[in-house]
Amino acid sequence: MRPAVVALARRALVNAFRKPQFLAPLVVFPSLFLAINVGGLGATRSLEGFPQVDGFLDYQLSAAILQSLLLGGVSAGIAVALDIEGGFFDRLAASPTPRVALVLGRVLAASVIAAVQVVYFLILGLAFGATIQGGVLGVLCVLLVGVVAGTGFGALGVLIALRARSASTVQGIFPLVFVVLFISSAFFPLELLSSPADVIARYNPLSFIADAIRQPIAFSNSLWPVLEGLLAATVLTGASIGLSLLALRGRLRDA
Amino acid sequence: MYGFLGPNGAGKTTTVRMLVTLLRPTGGHARVAGFDVASQASKVRRRIGVALQEAALDPLMTGSELIELQATLHGIAPRSVRARGAELIERVGLSGAAGRRVGTYSGGMRRRLDLAMALIHWPEVLFLDEPTTGLDPTSRLTLWAEVRRLRDEGTTVFLTTQYLEEADQLTDRIGIIADGRIVAEGTPASLKAEVGRPHLDLVLADGSDLAAAREVVARHGDRRPSTEDCHLSIGLQRGAADIAPILRALDDAGFEVAELELKQPTLDDVFLDKTGEHLEGASDDVETEAEPAAV
Repeated sequence: MRPAVVALARRALVNAFRKPQFLAPLVVFPSLFLAINVGGLGATRSLEGFPQVDGFLDYQLSAAILQSLLLGGVSAGIAVALDIEGGFFDRLAASPTPRVALVLGRVLAASVIAAVQVVYFLILGLAFGATIQGGVLGVLCVLLVGVVAGTGFGALGVLIALRARSASTVQGIFPLVFVVLFISSAFFPLELLSSPADVIARYNPLSFIADAIRQPIAFSNSLWPVLEGLLAATVLTGASIGLSLLALRGRLRDA
Repeated sequence: MYGFLGPNGAGKTTTVRMLVTLLRPTGGHARVAGFDVASQASKVRRRIGVALQEAALDPLMTGSELIELQATLHGIAPRSVRARGAELIERVGLSGAAGRRVGTYSGGMRRRLDLAMALIHWPEVLFLDEPTTGLDPTSRLTLWAEVRRLRDEGTTVFLTTQYLEEADQLTDRIGIIADGRIVAEGTPASLKAEVGRPHLDLVLADGSDLAAAREVVARHGDRRPSTEDCHLSIGLQRGAADIAPILRALDDAGFEVAELELKQPTLDDVFLDKTGEHLEGASDDVETEAEPAAV
């Protein structure tokens, strides 16, 4: 099965890099958002409840990475939905490759793209004066959490595509990504959120992932927040892959 | 080679999707290459090649990339993937275009690549779902030649088509499906023999009293449905010997015949006889009888 997973992942990556419309939004929108936030909302640092950080960019970098990874999940979902709409997915499903490979190939591609996204934002941040408090080990932690989270979002995108079977429906989820992201600690600390947003954000898995990415960048290599985020991302990945396989089985039964 | 004929919505594609394990049957049993499509689906998939309706290809990939992907999915050893891909690309005449993205291919080229991908693992049974729909005559003949070659090499081919001539020319046996049920099955010759008699197609100069004309000809043969104004179609009991009495009867009744044609039974007649309707697209059949060019 491994060669098939690698071949399918390679195909997904080739597609992503050959069609800039797939890849560009993943970095362009979050970069613009980051620039706007850092340029216009820096004064929030002086609010009571905002943690002590070297720079507002250090704090916001985590949000940009998370936003980019979420968009990566949407993009993976759209790609699968387009394969379904165009009939290519049936070609893959009619091959003797175990069907789990169809999901894992796409998810593996999402992991590779997630690594690229994380590296891009770290370089962008460093270029504009951010500091990685956790040093090289901190960078590795961010990369690890980012890749696992990107893998989970990719799997979630695949799951939605297999259920929706339509690229336009998957695309319709785009605004929801922002809603879920805003009701988390990605942009602002929980202490600055009003009720009930602060309650929702406290249990939003994105908060754990955002904090895990932020911790090594803006603060220090504290193990617990990183582990919490890693756990949230791992559960998301496992659940999404499992549900995707069920959805795939259902799709083949109901097609 | 088995031809599977039926009008749109008859259940051809649904049947094929069940046979290639893309759709789980809700009841009954089917075996492909000796294996049950529901309980032994993975064994079925190892033995079949599939080219579904509308060549579903990734336009961003090149022909050789796609064929190598297909080879990997079928478990062909990595060291053999490139050689097998090149062999098939050459076989379907795409060597010059193998490095180009599929998005730049014509419909015929896509179909040939689709066929090559379906053949990558030397399948025992090849499913071709309307492989020539929408192709120009040259591309259609090229594909026919390749399908014949596969049949001659011993591959079992399951072909669905709306083109009666395609079924007539290529297939050894035919099944006709209507409303989800097989209504006829046999060799093209035996099915035509079942229908038996030739028929006479007439075009009247004036179709204003077609009902009366139909009454006149009904005394001399079996009236058959016709879809166009001024047209009559009559099944003849005695063949050509019935033509003169029919023409005399029409003349006596004041009807002027503009055109007439004596036709031997065709698969369309079989289809008409079994389903009560003409096959959609039958009129679009390829008219040439020329031997197709080699690939």
